[in-house]
Amino acid sequence: MLDTWLQALQDSALPTAIREGDRLFPWIEGVHVLALSLVVGSIAIVDMRLIGMASRERSVRQTTAATLPVTWCAFALAAISGGLLFSSNATTYAHNVFFQIKLLLIAAAGLNMLSFHLLLGRGAQTWLTVADTPLRGRVVGALSLGLWILVVACGRWIGFTLNAVT
Amino acid sequence: MTLRALDPFCTWLAATSLSQAIQTAEWIIPAVQTVHILCVASVMSSVLMIDLRLLGIGARGQTLESVASRFLPFVWWPLPLLLVTGATLIVAEPARSLENSVFVLKMALLLGAVAVTLVFSLPLARDASFWELTAGRRWSARVLASVSLPLWAAIVFAGRWIAYTQVS
Repeated sequence: MLDTWLQALQDSALPTAIREGDRLFPWIEGVHVLALSLVVGSIAIVDMRLIGMASRERSVRQTTAATLPVTWCAFALAAISGGLLFSSNATTYAHNVFFQIKLLLIAAAGLNMLSFHLLLGRGAQTWLTVADTPLRGRVVGALSLGLWILVVACGRWIGFTLNAVT
Repeated sequence: MTLRALDPFCTWLAATSLSQAIQTAEWIIPAVQTVHILCVASVMSSVLMIDLRLLGIGARGQTLESVASRFLPFVWWPLPLLLVTGATLIVAEPARSLENSVFVLKMALLLGAVAVTLVFSLPLARDASFWELTAGRRWSARVLASVSLPLWAAIVFAGRWIAYTQVS
């Protein structure tokens, strides 16, 4: 059922053009690497602030205000470019274990971020100060940093476990 | 290009025991590429935060000096690690990069991007308000930011294109 749908997806016009053209795939991949570098980097800025490794002279709220717009724009770009790369070989990617793990890790990172925002609502004053964050903030930050590093690793491992150009 | 002249060197390097060891262990190249991309993430995001401030789009409530001092270390310190991981990838597959004109272009763009970053950061280190003193300097700082972003982005694209422009 899913495979039928994925097959239809990769047989449609744009995915076929990406798969069969010489230039489209590398260009989209370039956009994907650029976008993901900004997603991971901008999230790392917040994570390192939460952990207390950087930007300690600024509050968590100030840090997220500066980086979140970058994170969301870059994430949209990474999701669109990643979706296009996926569509060009949907059936192969869907069965790749590193691709599956990567999606799960992104979902986990999203849930982790959601829990952070819920915490943020709960103790608003805490995140407006420049003091060290409470333990739960540091845990969320460390978890986020670790998850995104694994997402990047999985992404790279996908390239080495397909019969495609790496 | 006469990059083919590097053939003997590439052949010798690929035959060294270090290169052979990297080629044999399948996990080393993706692991090194992962570290390389994480360093790229640090550089690109930090450059973007500084450039957004220079262009007046982001962080307008902060001085340029405070934004720069917060993010410049995250531009500079990954660079040695990028060189080491990049060099490891070259040792593993010398001809893939060294005989590839896109790699040469990438290195030229890198020198340009580092030069632009130095032109911005060195005067700022001497005088925190350097880029804000005159209208001309404010304008120059914006030009630097608009040059810096596409330059760093082009390095990322060139890096990915190395995989698709192999000399056979």
